Amino acid sequence: MAAVTRVKGQRRVGMTGDEAVAYAVKQADVDVIAAYPITPQTIIVERLAEYVNNGELNAAFIPVESEHSALSTCVGASLAGARVFTATASQGLALMYEILWIASSMRTTIVMALANRALSAPINIHCSHDDAYAARDTGWIQFFAENVQEAYDLTIQAFKIAEDKRVLLPTIINLDGFILSHSLEGLYVLSDDDVRKFLPPKEPVNPIDVERPMTYGPLALYDYYYEFKRAQAEAMKNSYPVILEVFKEYERISGRRYAPVKEYGMEDAEVAMVILGSSAGTARYVARRMRERGEKVGVLSLTLYRPFPEKEIVERLRGVKAAIIMDRSYSFGSPGAQLFMDIAAALYNEGERPLLINAIYGLGGRDLTPDQVEAAFRAAFEAAKTGVVKERELWLGVR
Amino acid sequence: MSKLMSWRELEIGCIVPEPGNSVRYRTGDWRALRPVLDKSKCIKCLLCWVYCPEPAIIRHEDDSVEIDYNYCKGCGICANECPVKAITMVPEGGE
Repeated sequence: MAAVTRVKGQRRVGMTGDEAVAYAVKQADVDVIAAYPITPQTIIVERLAEYVNNGELNAAFIPVESEHSALSTCVGASLAGARVFTATASQGLALMYEILWIASSMRTTIVMALANRALSAPINIHCSHDDAYAARDTGWIQFFAENVQEAYDLTIQAFKIAEDKRVLLPTIINLDGFILSHSLEGLYVLSDDDVRKFLPPKEPVNPIDVERPMTYGPLALYDYYYEFKRAQAEAMKNSYPVILEVFKEYERISGRRYAPVKEYGMEDAEVAMVILGSSAGTARYVARRMRERGEKVGVLSLTLYRPFPEKEIVERLRGVKAAIIMDRSYSFGSPGAQLFMDIAAALYNEGERPLLINAIYGLGGRDLTPDQVEAAFRAAFEAAKTGVVKERELWLGVR
Repeated sequence: MSKLMSWRELEIGCIVPEPGNSVRYRTGDWRALRPVLDKSKCIKCLLCWVYCPEPAIIRHEDDSVEIDYNYCKGCGICANECPVKAITMVPEGGE
């Protein structure tokens, strides 16, 4: 998101990330909400329950007995033609797992807020990106918010993207648990009227209709399953230009510019850091201080995670000698954590590409400090100078 | 089976827009054993017709029966239930 510009009709308010998401969902005028409470997303559905109860939002709020049921309810509602929202985190997302695949394969348009939280054990309620990564192969579009303003803006845009007839894919907005979900920030909110114009009522494709019976979720064996997956792959690819279009349209009404990738200092960067979520601010803060000392560092942060903005990343990293890929999660036994593997794969066929270091940070809500970011940049400078990556995997700040 | 469609022709989201078209989906090709009916022994008791889980026993006006090999999966229940042993299970691909 580029610098906030005041646009007529917007209000400056103070909200936590969770409250901002709930407010966006209310303005999106959803028809059905089904969710099960789990920290740190609880406030989202608490607020929505209040909006429904006090008549501010005309929606069916369906309390369920588990996250598995929550997402199953959302699938049915979405196929019936409703605009649908749910929210979860960590273990809740894990319990939704089998339905995640069904929701995307049946091309529902569910929007989900994921208040990122570490997976057990040991039990923890704070931020890791384990849950977001666990959903990366399930066919959902995924965005990462860096701050409360982005959590609000991306939620509104997510409905428009998910429901676009060229897309029809469920969408996740990731917001770092507690760091964003529970932090009070100032943000601009659009008028209800502007959101209504931006987001007209959903026009369902093939909705469940007793007058027009169809089979939803049939069996397809070796004769058709393969073709369905190929078609689904195409839908995800097709979502990319639609996402860019929606970003543009949203800029017109909000004055805030979104892009799949945000960059800082990349025009002349020798070493770069690639990062997701709220820690991008810390990375840029350190980069700014280092650049003031004449050190050519840059930061790339991803607003869009799936579909992966491969071309943008490859282009921005051209000319960079060494890059640190930051993962707030770990992929046991893999050749690098999740974002690292994505970026390594994206770069592999490039003739000229940077050396890559994978830095693990902040698991279970541990703070990422400026010193840790600087140490990671130093490791990248060392690799750039010697042409060798001494340690591919760093665990920043671990005892 | 009708011509198989390419991924570009499929309805969005695995939907089958035409109700009841599963009758055209022939499921009798997994069979390892094939029931063969000896009409000269059949007493038209219809127990095979009652017990067939598919149902893949076609019942005619005069209560004589015929096996629908397009849907018979070769479970052998009909042969097992037949009180006069008019149905025998023979390996597919054999005689």
